Amino acid sequence: MARIGVFICHCGENISATIDVEKVAKLAGKLSGVAYSVDYKYMCSDPGQTLIVDAIKEHKLTGIVVGACSPRMHEGTFRKAAEKAGINPYFCEMANIREHCSWVHPKSDETTRKALDIVRTMVEKVKNNTALFPIKVPITKTALVIGGGIAGIQAALDIANSGHQVIMVEKTPSIGGHMSQLSETFPTLDCSQCILTPRMVEVAQHPNITLHTFATVESVTGFIGNFEVDIRLKAKSVDFEKCTGCGSCWQKCPSKKIPDEFNAGMSFRTAIYTPFPQAVPNKPVIDRANCTWFTKGGKCGVCAKICPTGAIDYNTEDTILSVKVGSIVTATGFDIKHSDFFPEYGYGKHPDIIDGLQFERLASASGPTGGEIRRPSDGKEPETVVFLACAGSRDKAKGIEYCSKICCMYTAKHAMLYKHKNHHGKAHVFYMDIRSAGKSYDEFVRRAIEEDDVNYIRGRVSKIYEKNGKLMVVGVDTLLGAKPVTIEADMVVLATAVVANEDAESVAQKLHISYDKHKFFAEAHPKLKPVETNTAGITLAGACQSAKDIPETVAQASAAAAKTIILFSGSELTREPVVATVNRSAAPVFTTCTGCFLCQEVCPYQAIEREEIRDRAGNLLMNAAKVNAGLCQGCGTCVAMCRNKSIDLQGFSNQQMLSEVMGLLNEPF
Amino acid sequence: MRIGYYPGCSLQGSGKEYSESLFAVAEKCGIVLEEINDWNCCGASAAHSLNHDLSVALPARTLALAEKQGLEQILVPCAACFGRLATAQQELVSSEPMRAKMSDYLEMPVKGTARILTVFEFLQEHIFPVADQYIVNKLNHKTACYYGCLLSRPKDLTRLEFPEDPMEMDAVMEMAGATPIDWAFKTECCGAGLSVSRTDIVAKLSAKIVEDAVSRGAESIVVACPMCQMNLDLRRKEINKQMDKGSDIPVMFITQALGLSMGLSADKLGLNRHFVSTGKVVSCVGRKEV
Amino acid sequence: MENTELHTGDKSLKQLVEKSVGVEIQTCYQCGKCTAGCPLNEEMDLMPNQILRMLQAEYPGYENEILTSTSIWLCLACDTCYSRCPQEVKLPHIMDFLRQESVRQKLVNPKAKNILRFHRAFLDEVERNGKLNELGLTIDYKLRSMDLFQDLQNAPSMLLKGKLGLIPHRVQNPDEIKKLFKKING
Repeated sequence: MARIGVFICHCGENISATIDVEKVAKLAGKLSGVAYSVDYKYMCSDPGQTLIVDAIKEHKLTGIVVGACSPRMHEGTFRKAAEKAGINPYFCEMANIREHCSWVHPKSDETTRKALDIVRTMVEKVKNNTALFPIKVPITKTALVIGGGIAGIQAALDIANSGHQVIMVEKTPSIGGHMSQLSETFPTLDCSQCILTPRMVEVAQHPNITLHTFATVESVTGFIGNFEVDIRLKAKSVDFEKCTGCGSCWQKCPSKKIPDEFNAGMSFRTAIYTPFPQAVPNKPVIDRANCTWFTKGGKCGVCAKICPTGAIDYNTEDTILSVKVGSIVTATGFDIKHSDFFPEYGYGKHPDIIDGLQFERLASASGPTGGEIRRPSDGKEPETVVFLACAGSRDKAKGIEYCSKICCMYTAKHAMLYKHKNHHGKAHVFYMDIRSAGKSYDEFVRRAIEEDDVNYIRGRVSKIYEKNGKLMVVGVDTLLGAKPVTIEADMVVLATAVVANEDAESVAQKLHISYDKHKFFAEAHPKLKPVETNTAGITLAGACQSAKDIPETVAQASAAAAKTIILFSGSELTREPVVATVNRSAAPVFTTCTGCFLCQEVCPYQAIEREEIRDRAGNLLMNAAKVNAGLCQGCGTCVAMCRNKSIDLQGFSNQQMLSEVMGLLNEPF
Repeated sequence: MRIGYYPGCSLQGSGKEYSESLFAVAEKCGIVLEEINDWNCCGASAAHSLNHDLSVALPARTLALAEKQGLEQILVPCAACFGRLATAQQELVSSEPMRAKMSDYLEMPVKGTARILTVFEFLQEHIFPVADQYIVNKLNHKTACYYGCLLSRPKDLTRLEFPEDPMEMDAVMEMAGATPIDWAFKTECCGAGLSVSRTDIVAKLSAKIVEDAVSRGAESIVVACPMCQMNLDLRRKEINKQMDKGSDIPVMFITQALGLSMGLSADKLGLNRHFVSTGKVVSCVGRKEV
Repeated sequence: MENTELHTGDKSLKQLVEKSVGVEIQTCYQCGKCTAGCPLNEEMDLMPNQILRMLQAEYPGYENEILTSTSIWLCLACDTCYSRCPQEVKLPHIMDFLRQESVRQKLVNPKAKNILRFHRAFLDEVERNGKLNELGLTIDYKLRSMDLFQDLQNAPSMLLKGKLGLIPHRVQNPDEIKKLFKKING
C-alpha cells in the first residue's frame, strides 16, 4: 500500500506569491495514497530537508513528491534526503509548480488548481515507481587531445602532470599551432616562440604523452570513459627512428616553389620539409601532393640518395592506429579569412594588402623578411601603413555578424611593431570600436596611440584601389562629422575575421558534438559549462569553441584538463539509471523482443546492441536488442518506436507515464 | 526562343547609336529582337524619387504588355531601364498585395514572370556561341571597360560574377581583339541623372573616371549604359575643365565595339553620332589572322 | 502628384521611414562605410551616415534638418552604400522616402529645387506622352528652372547627329497613361 508524502515549497515568495500553497498542501493530503502533506518556506534548505527526512521516518512513507522548482535544480538534493531517510532515492519525484506554474501564470484560483493538478500527476507516478540503482561503468584513464596548438599543449601537460596518459594528435607535421606563427604577443610583447617552444619540448619529452604529428582522427566510437578512436597516421615517407633531423634532404630538394603555409603563403618551401626551425618533432615529412617522386612516377629521389641514415622510404602507406581513451579534449583551433574575401578591397589581387597572420610573419625574426616590415610586391619598406580593424567581422552582409575578439588588440600590436621597426613610418588604424577588456589591455592600446603615435580613425573603409604604385584607402572619420578621408598607403593590413577551420564540421560530426551555424563547436551551457559539450566525455579548449586570445585559451585548456582529471579520479563512472532496458525473462521466452532492431536504427546515441541468445549447447536461438547502459541517455526514442513495447525506460516507464496522464485527467475534487 | 526587346526612351533619342549597333550586331548573327508593343517609359530616377507606386506601375505596364505578347525573356540594354524593370519585377513577385494593386491600376493583369536580361547576359548567351563565325577583325587597342552603377548593383539583380571588379564586358572586348585594362573606376558613378540639373557634379565624377582610364593607358572607354555614354561623351568639355590635361578618349558602346570586330561599318554602328570623335579607334581596327 | 497615404500624425520621421521602407533604423551602427564610398560625399551638406544617426537620435530639430538638406536630392541612387553596408541598411530606399516626405512637407531646399524641377518635368513629359522626349523635357525643364541657356550650345549638334527627335514618340493611347497617373495620385 502506497504511503506518499507531499511537500509543498513556498520557495520564499516565488511560488507562494502566486499559488495558495497551504491550500495545495491541504488538498493534496486528501488524495488517495497520500499519508502526509505539508508546506514549508524553503524546502531545499537544511531545516526543510530535515523536515522531509523526519517525515519519511515518522510516517513510514514509501515515496515522496516535492512540489517546488524544476528537477534540474533540486531533484538531486531531495533524492539524497530520501536516501538519508532510508528509502531508494528514485521514489522521490518533483512536481514543478514554479517554472511550470507560479512563474508563468498570474495569481488566481486557476493557477492554484493547476499546481494541484501537477502535484496529483506526480503522486500517481510515484505510486508506480520502482527502486533503481546507479549504473557503474569502467573508465579508461587515458586522454586524447586533438590539436597541438597552445590549447592542446596546455591541456595535455596538465593531464600528463596529474599522472595520467595522454595521446596527442596533430594534423600538421609539427605542434605549435598559430601561436608559433606570431612574432610577439600582447600585452607584454613577449616573443611568442620563446614562450611557446619550451612547452612544445615539454610535450615531446613528457613520459606520459604520446605525440602523433601528421595524423588525424579517423573515427570515434564509444562513450565517456570508454571511447575507441582510430587515428590515421599519415605516411610521412620518413622513418623517424632513423632520421636525425640533419636537414640535408630539404636543402637538396628540387621542388622549391610550394607556397609555405607557415609563412602564410609569403615564401616557398620544399616538398620534403619541416614547417619551421623549432618544429617539434624536428624531423621532416614529404608533402606527396607536391613531390616529384610521387607526382611524376618515381622521378627525382634526391632526398633518399642524400640521406645519411637512409631514413627516406617512399613506400610507406597511411596506417590506422586504434586506441582506447576515456576522455577527449578538442583543441582544433581556428582559421582566418584572407584578403581575397573582400571584393571592395580588390578580391586579393593586390599583394600589398595582407592579413594579420601575414603581418605576423613579416614582423617575425624567423619570417620571410627576417623581421623587417617590407612590401610583398617589391620588398621596399612601406612609409605609410594602414590597418583595417573589423575586416569581415561584425558584418552581417558578409555572413559574419560576430566580433572576432582578438583583432583590436593585435591591430594595436601590429601598428606598434611597425612603428618600432620603422620610426619614421606613419601608421593609421581605421576602427569601429576598441575592444580591449583584458588585464593591461586598454593600457596597451593607449600606449599605441599616446606613445607610438599611431593615428586611430573611427570609421570603416569603403574601397581600396591601386593608383601609381600606392594603395588608395577610401575611408571616413565619423568623429569629425563623417569626414571622408582617403589615405595613400604603401601597405594595408586587414584584421580579418576569425573563422572555424575548413574541416571543423567533419571533426564535429566524427566526435558527435554540436556546432553552431559558423561551425564553432558548442559548449554545453554558455555561462556555466564553457568547456564541456553535450556529449559526455568530450571537452573543448581554445578557439575551436569561439575566438579568444592566448590567456583565455590557456585557462580554458586547463579547465578542460581539470574535467578530465575529475573523470579519471574515480575508479568507476557512476551514471543515472534513467536508461532504457529490453525485457528479459526465463527460458523458453527469454524476451518479447522480436529482433527487428528498429530501436537500434533510431537511437541517436548508438546505444542499442545486438545480443545473441543461445541455448546451453551454444546454438543461436535469437538476436535480441540490448541497451548499453553506459551510452544510453534515456531519451526514450526507442520506447516510442518499439512495436510491441519490449523496451521501456527506467524512471519514465510506460506505466508511469500512463499513470501520470490518468492522474491529470481524473480530478477527484 | 523569342527574345523581347525594351529600348527605353534613351535608345530612341540620345542613345540612338546603342540601339543601332545592337540591331546591327543582332542582324549579323541572325538574331531577331522583338520590340514590346506600345512600351512606355520606365520612370527612371524621377519616378522612384517622387512616387513609389508610380515607380512600380510604369515598368509593370511594360511587363504586362510583354506578358500579353507572350514574351518569356526581355533584353533591356539601358542600364537604368534594366534597374527599374528588375526592381519592379522583384516587388511584384515578392508581394502579392503589390502585384494585385498594380494589376488594378493598370487595368490589366501583370505577373512579373518574364526573365529580364542584361546586355551582358544577352551577349553571353546569344552572341558568344556564334562569335567565332562572325568576328573578322581585331580592335588592336587598349580599352577601359566601364560598367557604371546600375549594371553592377544591386548584386542580386545584376548577377555579375565579381560585382566590384566585373569582367563580363572585358571578356567581350578580348573576344573582339582589344586589350581590356585593369583599372580602379570600373563601377564608380558617372553622375547619372544629374546631367542636366547639376552638370558640375557630372563633370567632377566623370572626370575622375576618364582620368583613371587615361592614366593607365586606355585608348577607348567602352560602356553599356546610354546615360554613362552621354555623361562621358556629350559632357567632355566640362570634364576636360576638371582635368589637368583634357582628353579626347572616345567612348563607345559595347555593341559598337563588337560591331567593328564583326566588320560592320562605322556608319551602320552610329559611330558618327559621337561628340568625341571615334576616328582614332576605328583606324586601329585590323584584319584578324585566320 | 505624389501619393499621400502616409500621415505624419504623431509618428516620428524614424517611425515613418521604418514603416514605409521596412528597414530597422537601429541596425545601423555608424561605421561610416556608406559615407566613405559615396561619390557625392564632397558635395553633400549632411553625410549619409549622419542622416541615419539623426534619424536614430530623434533630437528636436533634426527632422527638419534632414528634410531641408540638399543631400537627399543629390543622392544618385547609385547603390554604392547599400552594396557595401555591413548591416545591409537600405539607404537608397530611405533616401527615396525622405525625398518624398520633403516634398510632402514642403521643405525642399532652395538649392535643390532645380533637381526637383527636373524630376517633375520628366514625369510631366511621361504623363503627357507615355515616353520621354528629350526636346519636350528640355523645354519643360527650362521653363521651370528659368535656366534658358543651359545646354543651348549642344542643341544644334544633337539635332544634326539625329539624337534630338523633333517629333515626339508616344504610346498608342496617351490617355491610358494619364489615367494611370490620375489613379496613383488619388
